[in-house]
Amino acid sequence: MAAGRLRTVVSRVAQAIPVVIGVVVVTFLLTRMLPGDPAAYFAGAAADAQSIAEIRTALGLDRPLHEQFVFYVGDLLQGDLGQSISTGQPVAVELARRLPASLELTLLALLLSCAVALPLGILAATRPGSLADHACRVLVTAGVSLPTFFTGLALIYVFYYLLGWAPAPLGRLDFVYLEPPRVTGFFLIDAALIGDWQTWWGALRQIVLPAVTLALFTLAPLARMTRAAMLQALSSDFVRTARAAGLRRSTVLYTYAFRNALLPVITTLGMVFSFTLGANVLVEKVFAWPGIGSYAVDALVVSDYAAVQGFVLTMALLFVALNLLIDIAYTLIDPRIGFDG
Amino acid sequence: MTDAALDRPRRSGTLQHIAYVLRDNPVTLLAFAMLGVILFAGVFGPLVAPYDPFASDASKALQPPSWEHWFGTDNLGRDVFSRVLVATRLDLAISVAAVALSFVVGSALGAAAGYWGGWIDRLFSRLLDTVMAFPLFVLAMGIVAALGNSVENIVYATAIINTPFYARVVRAEVNIRREAGFALAAKLSGNSDLRVLAVHIFPNALPPMMVQISLNMGWAILNAAGLSFIGLGVQPPTPEWGIMVAEGANYIVSGEWWLALFPGLALMLAVFTFNLLGDGLRDIVDPRMRT
Repeated sequence: MAAGRLRTVVSRVAQAIPVVIGVVVVTFLLTRMLPGDPAAYFAGAAADAQSIAEIRTALGLDRPLHEQFVFYVGDLLQGDLGQSISTGQPVAVELARRLPASLELTLLALLLSCAVALPLGILAATRPGSLADHACRVLVTAGVSLPTFFTGLALIYVFYYLLGWAPAPLGRLDFVYLEPPRVTGFFLIDAALIGDWQTWWGALRQIVLPAVTLALFTLAPLARMTRAAMLQALSSDFVRTARAAGLRRSTVLYTYAFRNALLPVITTLGMVFSFTLGANVLVEKVFAWPGIGSYAVDALVVSDYAAVQGFVLTMALLFVALNLLIDIAYTLIDPRIGFDG
Repeated sequence: MTDAALDRPRRSGTLQHIAYVLRDNPVTLLAFAMLGVILFAGVFGPLVAPYDPFASDASKALQPPSWEHWFGTDNLGRDVFSRVLVATRLDLAISVAAVALSFVVGSALGAAAGYWGGWIDRLFSRLLDTVMAFPLFVLAMGIVAALGNSVENIVYATAIINTPFYARVVRAEVNIRREAGFALAAKLSGNSDLRVLAVHIFPNALPPMMVQISLNMGWAILNAAGLSFIGLGVQPPTPEWGIMVAEGANYIVSGEWWLALFPGLALMLAVFTFNLLGDGLRDIVDPRMRT
């Protein structure tokens, strides 16, 4: 049994390899589609023809495309994503420094939206036509129509300007607090680790609005899928049998229906993560959140291509890794998958 | 779903069916009405706008909404209502162009993959899977960064990230009809593969594609507005919803809400309309899928 599962997990990991290769190829090609001459760009405005030619040789841009690709992959394997022109720092270092901010925001938002969407979906499915069902339907259609950057601004206006409950939308921590010593890079966890609850509270106050903005955006597909999956599970034979056998309502609902409905919901979670990573960029811009999204936006404005490409690659690899994790979790949760594979 | 099965009209003509579904679902009717308003604004917007969307007037800067200026004025004294109205055409044009492009390319790729199968199928599927392996908005950012910062490239980027969805729908629809009796009959009466595919099989994929197009329009608008919100594509002073929200964002913290609210609402309304329309079309096209 364990061997069968292990084999499924290994084969799933193997399936991810061509995807990763595809992602790297596409990112490489994006770099080569740059309008204009990258060498002239790196050399700066004051460069003469000779220094441009030198830089071209130094960057390997005079070699054929497939050789350049080998160099690119070689650099990647050493964790080198190139230099950012605007900050002069290696792109990989900056991305690594900013990644925890983005991850903290994204994960908290996903937790929040799961915490609302799952109960709402279950309620809507168990009581069709009730208030919860209608609320769910309205939320689902309105939720997907909300532009994240607009929701964020609306929340800022109401909770910062009108009510004054939220702090100014300027980053992860107000300047009166000191950053907690870096362990995970997640301020909420780091502050809790050293027991600095004032900083923890300060960090929480900053993250609530952007997290709610993102959560509102992801709520809709999750609630919709939960409702549909629950409806399907509840109308299935095994639930009818469980009911007929006289099991308690909660047992039928949670042990039988919900566990089966969870599988499509987990699949949706992967798709939702794709949206969230994209929406992250917009939310980070609105809230001046110092994550990799706002780094990429700043880089885009000054045409700092190495930074943008590094960002695209990081996001794609993150997404591939997450989908892999979801699939593996799927295999481990559902005992039916993987026995005959 | 249950009542649809019970009192289905006896002679089910297409028009009757559409009328029936619409009567049953006033929301879809509302969506069509809203679509009419949006299309009107897109076509006649510049004609009916009360002010010149570019005319600035420093003495009237940052005025709240009034009878004179329904949506207020922005930091340069431009009329926000006129700008929102005029922006409709550009936003619609970008998303229509992007959706049309991904529809055509996605249909061609998906139909070829579904009909011939084999290595074509494997190649195209791999290709589209690679696109789907990226977080889509992030890929769009990368494409615009690489191709250059212009409205045209926003269209291409939006088209590329939407293509896989069309290709998948068409591939599935074509694949299940590849061996169907009518397709074989058409082939046996001497039609070429290409003709059978284009004239006999492909039209069957159109109804589900209609739904996809409508849902996709909303996404395309959101995507394009998101890109211009972060400063890609459309450049100021061109009126466009995303960029107007971005410009208005700076005034939110000082309480001038109307700059960002109205273009944001227009954006939301447009996306909402297309999403409702997509759900409504799904009811018309495939009553079994109703949720």
